[in-house]
Amino acid sequence: MPETTTENGPHVVTTGTHTVGETPATHDVGADPRVGPDVRELTFGEAVKEAIAEEMRRDDRVVLFGEDVAEAGTAFKVLTGLVQEFGPQRVIDTPISEAGFTGLGVGAAMTGLRPIVDIMFGDFLTLVMDQLANQAAKIHYMSGGKWKVPLVVRATLGATRRSAAQHSQSLHAWPSHIPGLKVVVPSTPHDAKGLMKTAIRDDNPVVFFEDKMQYRLKGPVPSGEYTIPLGAADVKRVGTDITIVATSSMVQVALGAATLLEAIGVNAEVVDPRTTWPLDEKTIVESVKKTSRAIVMDEGYGRYGVAAELAAVIAHGAFYNLDAPVTRLGAMHVPIPFSPPLEDATVPTERTVFETARRLCGK
Amino acid sequence: MTERLLRMYRRMLAIRLFEERVNDLYTRALMPGLAHLYIGEEAVAVGVCEALRRDDYITSTHRGHGHCLAKGASPDLMFAELLGKKAGYCKGKGGSMHIADPDTGNLGANAIVGGSAALATGAAFSSKYLKLGRVVVCFFGEGALGQGVLYESMNLAQLWTLPILYVCENNQYNEYTHFSETTAGEITARPAAFGLASASVDGQDVRAVYETTAALVDRARNGGGPAFLLCHTYRFRGHHVGDISRDYYRAKQEEQRWTSDRDPIAILGAHLTEHNIADRDALDRMAGELTAQMDAAMQWAIDSPYPSPEEVTEDVYA
Repeated sequence: MPETTTENGPHVVTTGTHTVGETPATHDVGADPRVGPDVRELTFGEAVKEAIAEEMRRDDRVVLFGEDVAEAGTAFKVLTGLVQEFGPQRVIDTPISEAGFTGLGVGAAMTGLRPIVDIMFGDFLTLVMDQLANQAAKIHYMSGGKWKVPLVVRATLGATRRSAAQHSQSLHAWPSHIPGLKVVVPSTPHDAKGLMKTAIRDDNPVVFFEDKMQYRLKGPVPSGEYTIPLGAADVKRVGTDITIVATSSMVQVALGAATLLEAIGVNAEVVDPRTTWPLDEKTIVESVKKTSRAIVMDEGYGRYGVAAELAAVIAHGAFYNLDAPVTRLGAMHVPIPFSPPLEDATVPTERTVFETARRLCGK
Repeated sequence: MTERLLRMYRRMLAIRLFEERVNDLYTRALMPGLAHLYIGEEAVAVGVCEALRRDDYITSTHRGHGHCLAKGASPDLMFAELLGKKAGYCKGKGGSMHIADPDTGNLGANAIVGGSAALATGAAFSSKYLKLGRVVVCFFGEGALGQGVLYESMNLAQLWTLPILYVCENNQYNEYTHFSETTAGEITARPAAFGLASASVDGQDVRAVYETTAALVDRARNGGGPAFLLCHTYRFRGHHVGDISRDYYRAKQEEQRWTSDRDPIAILGAHLTEHNIADRDALDRMAGELTAQMDAAMQWAIDSPYPSPEEVTEDVYA
């Protein structure tokens, strides 16, 4: 039965083909058909900051909490300059106290503010899960709709930074599992800006995951006002032979693999859901109905993760159109190791995707 | 002051009568799930909330009916919520442990022990940032002293001089375990370590609770920062309505001493009669009126409809 299958084995290791990361620092993500003549090249980090700055100018109720978010501009230097423009009353350095300041953000959100809480490494979501999953996610429902929690929690994901097991995980499946939360996983500077602005304006708690390896990735970003709705997937590359559904850090890997696949006559379509919840199931299913084959890839753990959910959506919505089993690619089911050859083996690469697609297409 | 004392007496009695009916609903199998009764601790909620404005905020706990009523909640809507009815405060979606009411500044009862400490601190941040002049009271039991987020919250509140009062109701039992088995050192040494002002008070004496709270609330409202109030009290009943065989964790004699000598309603009642503020007949008439009101509120809730199943997906997102 052509249902979901799992890639259990070790991923093919090929150094030099993994385009996500600090090399090359000015990797171009390609032209975006929606941008006008006012387009600039911004890094992913600059796009996030621009979105936050615009929303802070627009709305005094937007405040920012986190460890070293003010003068230091965060550990990744993403928010440099915000404290100079908005002052320490709105860009607020906190103690190293993730549960405390995230919960404080929840309470502030309930009572008139629109806080953005900065969780330096997504791994630290372990420390805030009660505030997120039991508090923020449930307050609107438990109160019968009386209290709202317009909160954004920024967090990072992504491995291959040589940071070992407690600073490298991609844990976006966790909040995606909890009703009441929305989860954003942008893959380009353009999307990061438009989605961040929407997240800040949303009346619900939104967890916004930034791939820390993409902060210096450059791409076109319009200087004018724009927002991107949550729950709208984007077809990053149009193709006919196989659909690669990829999230966040894996989108660039999928696009790189699609280029390799061209050489053997396979025309891959790359679909980026952009948010794991709400999830644009329609765009994903329509793509697979067209191509009849699908790889789903996500840097979270493959088992019980985002990729599994995407595979289930396809298995349910496009079952009779499938010519091959839906194949899932994710992080290996191991704690992220430190040593470079070990760590690189845990993350899907262009070569992994290429080989998987070739097999599925019978090439 | 006379008016205030009578009002506090009435409120404590209302909470007692409400809770007795909750127990009755449980034993008659009319209430889904369980409830955690506040009987014996009424002076804490009433004395603290007497010192608050209607627009001041509170956060409450799993043992929260008393806090909600003391802050001004309506018994009929409370009963309806406890019974899972559509007319309840949360449309039946929250139940006993999650009563929330923006109209009375109630940010919600929280069923995670210590779960509201950071939320309450965030409300205090908003009050200061938006210059609302509101004070927040975070109610929690001594069981929450074991939760780290409480200390993270007090640290933040003191660093940022937030208008919040952390009210610890030491009813002596963390569920089925005496607090002396779970709590090292002196309780008030903990807030003191962060530089918070703190006070201890007899939680069975509503006048003392009110007066102590009023001073700390005034201080917070005027920019003096957070404070910690430790109230010594006692849970007259079990951890929840079903906890009726308690011999394995506390002696009947201990319970009897508290109920006969340390009942907060009897203590204030004696003060009122001794000082000719009210006579026994007047207090009995008040009890009669409140009993009739509570019976009517409970019956209204029993008769009111459940939500329809299709409402299950409403309110997940704003």
